[in-house]
Amino acid sequence: MDSARSDILARIRAVPRRQPAPVPRDYDTARSVEDPVGLFVERVEDYRAVVRRVSEDELPQRIGDCLARRGVSNMVAPPDLPESWRWAGTRWSLDEPPLSLSEVDSADGVLTGAAVAIAETGTIVLDAGARQGRRMLTLVPDYHLCVVRADQIEVSVPEALRRLDPTRPLTFVSGPSATSDIELDRVEGVHGPRTLEVLVVDI
Amino acid sequence: MGRNPVTWLGSPTFPRAARTALGDTQLRTNLRKATTTIRAKRARAVAELADWERLRRAGEAIKNDVLANLDTYLVRLEEAVTARGGVVHWARDAEEANRIVFDLARAKGADEVVKVKSMATAEIGLNEYLRARGVRPVETDLAELIVQLGNDRPSHILVPAIHRNRSEIKEIFSRAMAEPPDSDDPRVLAEAARRHLRRRFLSAKVAVSGANFAVADTGSVVVVESEGNGRMCLTLPETLITVMGIEKLVPTWRDLEVFLQLLPRSSTAERMNPYTSVWTGVTPGDGPGEFHLVLLDNGRTATLADEVGRQALRCIRCSACLNVCPVYERTGGQAYGSVYPGPIGAILAPQLAGDMTDKQAASLPYASSLCGACYEVCPVRINIPEALTHLRARAVEARPKHTAEALAMSSAGWVFRDPRRYEAAQRAGSLSRFLAGSDGTIKRLPWPGSKWTSTRDVPAVPKESFRMWWRRNRG
Ligand code: SF4
Repeated sequence: MDSARSDILARIRAVPRRQPAPVPRDYDTARSVEDPVGLFVERVEDYRAVVRRVSEDELPQRIGDCLARRGVSNMVAPPDLPESWRWAGTRWSLDEPPLSLSEVDSADGVLTGAAVAIAETGTIVLDAGARQGRRMLTLVPDYHLCVVRADQIEVSVPEALRRLDPTRPLTFVSGPSATSDIELDRVEGVHGPRTLEVLVVDI
Repeated sequence: MGRNPVTWLGSPTFPRAARTALGDTQLRTNLRKATTTIRAKRARAVAELADWERLRRAGEAIKNDVLANLDTYLVRLEEAVTARGGVVHWARDAEEANRIVFDLARAKGADEVVKVKSMATAEIGLNEYLRARGVRPVETDLAELIVQLGNDRPSHILVPAIHRNRSEIKEIFSRAMAEPPDSDDPRVLAEAARRHLRRRFLSAKVAVSGANFAVADTGSVVVVESEGNGRMCLTLPETLITVMGIEKLVPTWRDLEVFLQLLPRSSTAERMNPYTSVWTGVTPGDGPGEFHLVLLDNGRTATLADEVGRQALRCIRCSACLNVCPVYERTGGQAYGSVYPGPIGAILAPQLAGDMTDKQAASLPYASSLCGACYEVCPVRINIPEALTHLRARAVEARPKHTAEALAMSSAGWVFRDPRRYEAAQRAGSLSRFLAGSDGTIKRLPWPGSKWTSTRDVPAVPKESFRMWWRRNRG
């Protein structure tokens, strides 16, 4: 309502104001660690997610290993997922034309890339860009296999945010879905994927 | 304007509710375990960042900037959201916000809305409002679901069902779910909740959420969560309605680099929470086709007008202050009789309610020992003890002026208003032990204290003040 808008703004403007001191930005805006990739792997593992380091060449085979180990037969993927990532032992449904919600719901899992990752916090950021697809794809299936390239890993939160475009739909993923709501016991997977596996490609 | 639902109608004053809560041993055991666990974890998470104090100061300064320029930033946010295909609504009070949400839901023909846990919608009593008009609100956060299915009230900002143990939860689920859980294993209970809600997520037309932050420059809205129920609501339904307190802004995208570090470590004591979602208006082909942002005042501009009390508006709802509070640890959240429990509730709820003549609201600033632990953990450095003493003085001023007690208390208010004066008075108070009789009470105090002792005995001030004891034992 228009009058609500002008009322609220008027109430705010009626408060006498002094401009506060400028924001001190002396916190760390970049941090250096010896082995950011190693740190990322360690921190993702802390969330009880499975993470493996692989070379570019062995990536397709390792994707296959992951899917075989889980006995997955039916995967969804963003339309631009590289051909070589689509392991032959599995049926792939690409999200083009857009899959229906029930198609995505009935899939065993999803395979995507990532936009940026944060070593210190073990976070993967998806921005619906290359190899990631719509938000729904990484949300509804119970298993998310995610490929992160070593050069996508930043050490700290500030460094990662600088690489992101805030107007894209962003999802920060730090481990699998989890709850501690029942007697503070951590349980993985309530509504989001219960299993997160990460393959880090060394470059 | 009706009564502001931020405090629960008919709740007893804090001292009375606290007495009842203290008798509940199960509650105290659960709370103690919870707060001790989270406290220890949090200390570890914070110690990892060498620049923690600098991040706190930046967080404080950013929020002060927001409050000083709130009008500018709100208008900027509105422009940015609108430019990206969102619709912005303004609501002066709870009634107005509720009506906006209800009208939007009805326009979509929805008789059910899925909800992400949100303090703002709890504050305005949205669920009750919708239910009374035939729209079913479904809480999708596990703890909120436990509270909702148990016809109960939340007791913690972060873990609202912390007062319930697994067997109680199993019972609640068994009564309310089509497929009841067959054991009280948390894993099984979580699975039952997953099945119970999945169908609803997949079919819901309208979702309602709160917001942890909104970026004025870009119009981006941020929701921080753990379970993925937030992502479900923000992604699957056709229409998304976000209700957000007007203070939840940050000016720029860059400012999130501060809060995305402060919030998870202070809150769940994690380096990062499992999921953070950021969206800006609508993205064709990805997520809701319609996005509504409701900007809620509901007592915030009045709070802003109070120079001391306004710092409560810096709060990012991390709940760290609850977990360190010795009073909260013993009484639990429900004793506060408000949506916002614990130390932050003691200063925020009475201000939002905006009625210091209400006995319950006016009792909240007394729900504290002024030990200062809340101030030390607060990621945005809200000086809660200072605000408490300030509000105690305001509560006293709001009382009928002619009683002897009010006269004595308004000078006590002068002491309470300033933590330094308060501590000095407490130290001086140790002197009062010499005045006390053998039963340990003081029969008469010099004026203006005499106005008070004439109606009751005052217990002598102990040798060591509670604040000193707390610092020695916990600080
Ligand atoms: S007052 Fe501070 S510590 Fe308490 S919930 Fe708010 S931000 Fe957290």
